[in-house]
Amino acid sequence: MNALLHGRLTGLLALGAVIAVLPAFLPNNFYLDIAILAGFNAVVCVGLNLLIGYAGQISLGHAGFFGIGAYASGVLVGVYGWPPILALLTGAVVVGLLAFLVAKPILRLKGHYLAMATLGIGIIVSIVLRTESGLTGGPDGMMVEPFKIFGFELYGEKVWYWVVGVLLIGVVWLSLNLIDSPMGRALRAVHGSEVAAEVVGVDTARFKVLVFVVSAVFASVAGSLFAHYAGLITPAKADFFKSIELVTMVVFGGMASTFGAVVGAVVLTLLPQALTVFQDYQQIVLGGILMATMVFMPKGLLPTLAALLPARRRA
Amino acid sequence: MFAELLQYMLSGLTIGAIYALAGLGFSIIYNASHVINFAQGEFIMIGGMASATLTASGVPLPLAILIGCGGAMLVGVLVAKFAVERARNASTVTLIIITIGASIFLRGVAELVWGKDFKRLDAFSGETPIQFLGASMQPQSLWVVGTAAVLIVAIGLFFNRTLTGKAILATSHNRLAAQLVGIDVKRVVLASFALSAALGAIGGAVVAPITFSYTEMGIMLGLKGFTAAVLGGLGHGPGAVAGGLIVGVAEALGAGYISSAYKDAVAFVIILAVLLFMPNGLFGKRGTERV
Amino acid sequence: MKMLATTDLSPDTMSQARRVGPPILKVEHLSREFGGVLAIGDLSFTVAAGDIHSIIGPNGAGKTTLFNLVTGVYKPSGGRVLFDGADVSGMAPYRLAARGMSRTFQNLQIFFNMTALENVMVGRHLHLNTRLLPALFRFPSLVRKDREAKDRAAQLMADVGLEKYIDADAASMPYGALKRLEIARALASEPKLLLLDEPAAGLNATESREIDEVIKTVAATGVTIILVEHDMKMVMGISHRITALNQGRMLAEGTPQEVAANADVIAAYLGAAP
Ligand SMILES: Nc1ncnc2c1ncn2[C@@H]1O[C@H](COP(=O)(O)OP(=O)(O)OP(=O)(O)O)[C@@H](O)[C@H]1O
Ligand SMILES: [Mg+2]
Repeated sequence: MNALLHGRLTGLLALGAVIAVLPAFLPNNFYLDIAILAGFNAVVCVGLNLLIGYAGQISLGHAGFFGIGAYASGVLVGVYGWPPILALLTGAVVVGLLAFLVAKPILRLKGHYLAMATLGIGIIVSIVLRTESGLTGGPDGMMVEPFKIFGFELYGEKVWYWVVGVLLIGVVWLSLNLIDSPMGRALRAVHGSEVAAEVVGVDTARFKVLVFVVSAVFASVAGSLFAHYAGLITPAKADFFKSIELVTMVVFGGMASTFGAVVGAVVLTLLPQALTVFQDYQQIVLGGILMATMVFMPKGLLPTLAALLPARRRA
Repeated sequence: MFAELLQYMLSGLTIGAIYALAGLGFSIIYNASHVINFAQGEFIMIGGMASATLTASGVPLPLAILIGCGGAMLVGVLVAKFAVERARNASTVTLIIITIGASIFLRGVAELVWGKDFKRLDAFSGETPIQFLGASMQPQSLWVVGTAAVLIVAIGLFFNRTLTGKAILATSHNRLAAQLVGIDVKRVVLASFALSAALGAIGGAVVAPITFSYTEMGIMLGLKGFTAAVLGGLGHGPGAVAGGLIVGVAEALGAGYISSAYKDAVAFVIILAVLLFMPNGLFGKRGTERV
Repeated sequence: MKMLATTDLSPDTMSQARRVGPPILKVEHLSREFGGVLAIGDLSFTVAAGDIHSIIGPNGAGKTTLFNLVTGVYKPSGGRVLFDGADVSGMAPYRLAARGMSRTFQNLQIFFNMTALENVMVGRHLHLNTRLLPALFRFPSLVRKDREAKDRAAQLMADVGLEKYIDADAASMPYGALKRLEIARALASEPKLLLLDEPAAGLNATESREIDEVIKTVAATGVTIILVEHDMKMVMGISHRITALNQGRMLAEGTPQEVAANADVIAAYLGAAP
């Protein structure tokens, strides 16, 4: 289990194996669709976990970046006729720049002040998307063209499943690499003690900005692809609740654990689907589960499970 | 010109008074427990829904408000006791998620009990607008502002004059020291939740005739309250009140003169601008962190 | 404070006349106030390269504040700090680290979210490739240097006597070990000037002696050390010079013998003693 938390290769192989065999167990496109949505959420959460779990900085506005990516693709492809890949990259660059510009001042803030600032940014983005209906279609959202590249069109759940699966493996690989590097240690040091990191030469502000930008770009790319997959995007994908959902996935799965973020995203994507059996009680059960897991497993699912199992050799 | 400005100011102060109450609620709980209670908006919702539905079924208004207030306080204490106190040493994010979980839970319960549709509550003293220097004002606005003013003064007195109030303040300054001089800090946390819940619920009841009541009414009101509290400097009571009024008035002016579609964005633009230059809000403590 | 009078004042370092090195740190009219109270007031002194220079003074004298000012953690209200001849007043700590200054903390500042070894590896930060793209794509050169850093960190841990904690989580280590871990982490950055804030506080006699040895060994490699310590036996034994502070101001300065004999110092300590 420790390997699951810390091991690079074992973890990646396990993830790859699960992604490879999963479709055999999914009876129809409905389930495939849920798996794809879980995959998109997982991509965002792996990035967000770099910020929250490793660097210890809160963001309650990451859905805003997801939304900008999604709408960049929707608008640039649909309205201006750009090639989708170019729109995706442009969205990512715009989000990266925006994140860079806001990061420096807001990441000086601590704790709840940072929560407030990121929440504000996310809400402003979603209000803009809701209001500028000339481009975005307003509250009802907009249709998005399919993703075409080199003459191929990505179409149908079966194709998208593999696209998202490969993307997720790639993102997890990048995240594991980053964490196991001098920069990754600097990020964790920022979480552990900013002043101690500084006196051994870590420019803490720089690394906070960098990780904020990286996590925002991950969200943007996921947003762009999601827009093409879903074919319809609404401002709700960028709003406060989506941001909260993302943070919850990270914390639920286990902060400072890349695979924890994946597990959290998958479980909390499935949960509402599973809870539909509760019908009118759905929200009550969801809220109850959130409270209970956080109260009884404040470290999150994966680290708590790992601690229960006998400690094995560290990877 | 002037009448228009005055009109905006008046409606801004009305909604600002509600933000101020919510912000004060955030601050009180933050002081006692260093938790940001994202369920604060649900207290407002409970107050609004309870008074609207109870009066509709024949309960006299004051009693309805009292029941709503008591219900919210009970809920607040339960949230504090079974969620927040148990997770005392959890990280900031974890605590945020717990209170958000609580708010989802409470909205779920409210939907079950009251349904999803809008509930109407009659204005407390009619709907004949009062003319004032060319602006007109709903009598209910006076109720809102007046009630908020009374509550805010009462809270001020409570913290400065009563033992419980002083105990809460002491706990916020230094939890350990408070514990050592015999303050039951757990009770202080419960009391702060109860108090904040009462503020929210009464606010919800007086504003219900203006906004209507529905189970999601607390979401934006709660977030604006959080904005108010941060704007004033977390844990700074008078700051939260000022923050609420500033947000309310700015929002009304923004909606009137700039764009009503961006009304909800105003609060967040202000808070970002302020935090840029004053990372501890307008009145927050500015000490150097000790190492 | 009997110790001041009875300590043996002829330690090995004092027995022969030392060549005094050039100044590595100069503090000029430094002051810092907190809410109107001066924690450091108009303080000037010089530290010579190669010295073990101790700062002593009763609780609240301003020793830690002085460290915070010198290392850029706090900004001075007035005065200057010169490091290696350059004015570094108010410079960010990470920049000072790059110039060769590092420190430990009186109240532990450990990365409790990492292993002990990783704590020390963070100390290698300045000597490693910390850019984003090589990290994301795991450039072979980065991996190789990282492995070297790991070996080096392990060696440093052994040097301070922490070999048995190499794979331990920092959060699981005892207090005395964490004190040493901070020293190893600071050393990993290869400082010219190392500031140690009460490295022996809370340690037993044996552990104190071990820290004493570590400090001497480090000093022998040419690192200048500024030491804040309440253990007078240690201070008198290993210091080349001592600056005594009281209420943020200079009380006395000189060799251990001179400072120990200074009437003001004795009075300040006696006055502060219960
Ligand atoms: N961040 C701060 N904010 C406010 N006051 C401070 C701060 N840091 C230090 N002080 C005050 O400055 C004075 C000097 O404190 P300092 O910690 O430097 O003393 P010290 O000599 O290190 O004492 P000790 O031997 O107990 O460690 C004290 O009165 C302390 O209360
Ligand atoms: Mg000190």
